[in-house]
Amino acid sequence: MTEAFVGASLLPLAIVVPLVWAVLALVRPRRRPTFLVLPGLVSWVTICAGLWWYTSRLGVLTHVLGAWPEPLGIALRADGLGSTMALLTSVIGSACALYRLWTPIDADASEAQRWFWPLFFMLGAALNAVWLAADLFNMYVGLELLGLSAVGLVAISGRANALAAALRYLFAALLGSLAYLLGVALLYAAYGSLALSSLAALAAPDTITYVALALITAGLCLKTALFPLHAWLPPAHGVSLTPVSALLSALVVKASFVMLLRIMVGVGVTIISPSLAQGLGALGAGAIVWGGWQALRHAELKMLVAHSTVAQLGYLFVGMALLLSGSAPELAWDGLMLQLVAHALAKSAMFLASGTLIAAVGSSRVTDLSGVSRHMPLALFAFGLSGVSLMGLPPSGGFSAKWLLLQSALASGQWHWAVALIGGGALTAGYVFRVLSASFKQGTGDKFDRTPLGWDLVSLLLAAGAIVVGVVATGPLAVLRIGAPVAGVTP
Amino acid sequence: MTQVALPAWVLASSLLPAVIIFLLPETTRALRTSLNLGAAVLKVALVALMTWRVAQGSLTQVRFEMVPGADFLLRADPMACLFAGLSAILWLFTTIYAIGYLEGAPNRSRFFGFFSLCVASTMGVALAGNLITFLLFYELLTLSTYPLVVHRGSAKALAAGRVYLTYTIGGGAALLLGVALLHGLVGDIEFREMGSLRDMSETSWPMLRIAFGLLIAGLGVKAALVPLHGWLPQAMVAPAPVSALLHAVAVVKAGAFGIVRVVYDVYGIDFARDLQLLLPLTVIASITILWGSLRALWQDDLKRRLAFSTVSQVSYIALGISLFGPIGTVGGLVHLLHQGIMKVTLFYCAGNFAETLGVHRISDLDGAGRRMPLTSIAFSIGAFGMIGVPPLAGFVSKWYLGLGALDAGMPWVVGVLVLSSLLNAAYFLPILHRLWFRPQVAPWPEERTFGRWETSGWLLLPPVVTAVFTVGAGLLASFAFSPLQWAILIARREYLP
Amino acid sequence: MSAELWYALVGVVLVAAAFGAFMAHTHLLRRLLAFNIMGTGCFLILVGLAQHKRAPDPIPQALVLTGIVVAVASTALALILFRRWFAATGRTTLPEEDDV
Repeated sequence: MTEAFVGASLLPLAIVVPLVWAVLALVRPRRRPTFLVLPGLVSWVTICAGLWWYTSRLGVLTHVLGAWPEPLGIALRADGLGSTMALLTSVIGSACALYRLWTPIDADASEAQRWFWPLFFMLGAALNAVWLAADLFNMYVGLELLGLSAVGLVAISGRANALAAALRYLFAALLGSLAYLLGVALLYAAYGSLALSSLAALAAPDTITYVALALITAGLCLKTALFPLHAWLPPAHGVSLTPVSALLSALVVKASFVMLLRIMVGVGVTIISPSLAQGLGALGAGAIVWGGWQALRHAELKMLVAHSTVAQLGYLFVGMALLLSGSAPELAWDGLMLQLVAHALAKSAMFLASGTLIAAVGSSRVTDLSGVSRHMPLALFAFGLSGVSLMGLPPSGGFSAKWLLLQSALASGQWHWAVALIGGGALTAGYVFRVLSASFKQGTGDKFDRTPLGWDLVSLLLAAGAIVVGVVATGPLAVLRIGAPVAGVTP
Repeated sequence: MTQVALPAWVLASSLLPAVIIFLLPETTRALRTSLNLGAAVLKVALVALMTWRVAQGSLTQVRFEMVPGADFLLRADPMACLFAGLSAILWLFTTIYAIGYLEGAPNRSRFFGFFSLCVASTMGVALAGNLITFLLFYELLTLSTYPLVVHRGSAKALAAGRVYLTYTIGGGAALLLGVALLHGLVGDIEFREMGSLRDMSETSWPMLRIAFGLLIAGLGVKAALVPLHGWLPQAMVAPAPVSALLHAVAVVKAGAFGIVRVVYDVYGIDFARDLQLLLPLTVIASITILWGSLRALWQDDLKRRLAFSTVSQVSYIALGISLFGPIGTVGGLVHLLHQGIMKVTLFYCAGNFAETLGVHRISDLDGAGRRMPLTSIAFSIGAFGMIGVPPLAGFVSKWYLGLGALDAGMPWVVGVLVLSSLLNAAYFLPILHRLWFRPQVAPWPEERTFGRWETSGWLLLPPVVTAVFTVGAGLLASFAFSPLQWAILIARREYLP
Repeated sequence: MSAELWYALVGVVLVAAAFGAFMAHTHLLRRLLAFNIMGTGCFLILVGLAQHKRAPDPIPQALVLTGIVVAVASTALALILFRRWFAATGRTTLPEEDDV
């Protein structure tokens, strides 16, 4: 019973335990689910925290299910990125779950909503399956499971606009996964393996590999909502229940991005030409501009935040371009990792705070927020703090991420990305302060509804996390470098 | 142990109160007031202790790695003590003033929370030991002042807030790019006396010049260098204590202090001269001085006239530090303190006229000297100081600036100083004339009475004390720990032997 | 030309045709059918291409089985959503793309 064995056996548990709770929630639906959900959350967070702890101490952990060797068996692998994302998922997931538990029961009770908890835990299991997958096909299964549970969660309110958004999301997800699967089929035909580790050694610059990578990239970009394939995202994230929006924006879109990242730096790095990488980055820059612009002009608060996600995902692709074609990939890796983490924390906080503000005002329009600063200081403060991180102003995770990416861009002489990074910050400031400015306006009346204090606390904690992670970034970044497939990156 | 952590304690003495105040309910007035005052007094004590230690030659610092390759570094050096001392003392009086000013106003928890946060950021700016830590607190200062500028929530306040943000976020972007550029060239840049870039090879000089331009552009926004000054007159819609904060304690000072740090402790004054960066700065500062004074002449709104006066006066600092030679340096540094003390007095008084009599316009001030003698005396002292009448604080600054200009071989700068002093007289003396020598013609727009004194004691004490400081800083300039002596101490350490 | 390659080519034709249909149609059921055909084509490519010029390989078979399960689940979810959508609005297509 060595430490390594204990650590590795946490890997399957990280997927199985949420699944068990999904099944429990399915077979024993309750009107008051607190006593069912809380133990689930505690066990989930504990396992992921343990996984993170062991990874940070022992390095990359692997586990082969049922001792069936690859390629027929299923292998799980926890590197720094995987276990950090798993921990982040459990923390943000728990925050969203608490937000949901504090929601008054009669507020939006419909028959369909008893599906919330099964789908919620399934989403958690699926995310962990993606973070910890060691081969392309397990990633596919995780991604499909993720897509199905996410679509289910979007549709759960049963309103017509939610159903339309869910259907649009479903089609995008299905199309994206098929393109990905096709790419995987080609890679398997060419190399006879699906494990990332062996593909990295085998991949050669031939036509079939290029076609496969093109299909995989297109499919995953569609799922990550990279501009201009982003049209499905704002409605899906904007109309869902608030905790669902937070989960989708903070984590679900990251799953396909992390897959793309693993494939690009693992398999593609030697065969992708710099101009292709720059092209992806250009789309990212387009996302920053377009998403920011849309967020500036949208009348509804949650749609504003959803468009902000489109823009923030653009930073990830700019980071990927720097990683694949710059001369300082280690800085780009750090920046990219920090952006993943900081955006997840900040965006979930922002969605939860927005939901609170909307519930208090009774309207989803930005202009109706006037006077809310006086009555909802905590929610607004959480919104502001998360905005600081999204804008990339110090001190925050967003700033530290931008700083590292900026350093990487300048070191590579790629000035255009520096301009995109800084210009994107200005656009973000525009839409964040649009909300804050509206809330500072003198109100016309005191027609605010009371909201649970727990809502404020949850969003404040997440926002504070987004700030703090930027000030003490060195520690988490050291873990995130464990097992990173980038030259020059050592923990 | 306490010695090492002293800069951290200075920062915490306003950061922690900020957090607590945010959480206090609106109605807990007594607790909030005592917390505010207690923290302010404690901070003055801590800064005094820190200054004492620094004077004895011990440098204390707090450091940890924030992002790989970039440290968070707080350090107490003489320059830091100069600015921290100014802010700590003025914060105490501004807190007293704000408590009186906001008596009975809504949203006080929010106001005082951000107020404390603002001072915490200013302390951070003062104590930052490297460029990235400076940047961190500089931006935090922008964020924490925005809610104060828009505090009233009126359409005008929101518009002013928008202008403020547009300028400061733009400036912040330039600053970030400049800092990132330097960081990419030489790694983590600590502030060090006489600078740390002198050994850079000549091939990197063009890049260093670009970085300098970006840094000065970013800092110039807060320091209100023409043409980046547009936000400052707009921001006068904010409540008077906030104006004091913007003009004297925190914001423009952070910009000016940043310029000092960049010229002396990043580039080094000798190296900056070799790069031919000083003359452009002198020219910009001179233009700003004259332009601000000229614009001030035409303003009828008292706070607006004072705002343009700030534009002009703060550039004396940039002027002094851009003159090569220790005498000019002393002039610039000492003016950092003197301008703060004098301008804060003027803004307190303007606030008193507005709060007590409802007077906002200069043309309505006729005869106010008789109704509010103490406030008017304080205002007059501040105004004479600004003009540079001996033996007040402003005279000391201008004297050293003039000598410094001659020393640096730039006699035309003396012309700028003389012209600007004439303009100062031209826009301040008419106000004094109205206060003292014209009879009251119309009833005060909104008069309030406060019992024994001409106005509330909370509002009266701060301007009276800072007016006394204005006299004292001039009269007692040769005593140890006077602003002048401290500036001389710093100037001695900044030039190559 | 081996039978496996033949399967793969048919798969390519199916995917291409179904993708065209998916883009061209707006009726939700037609789009779902197109998606299912696309999936089938994909599986043909997966099995066919992998076994071209090689011994029979159990891995693609396992993958395709998993893929079929996923496709069935997706189809079921899509059908539920259609029914709800149809019940809520009486429409068989999604509204035009607009900025909501």
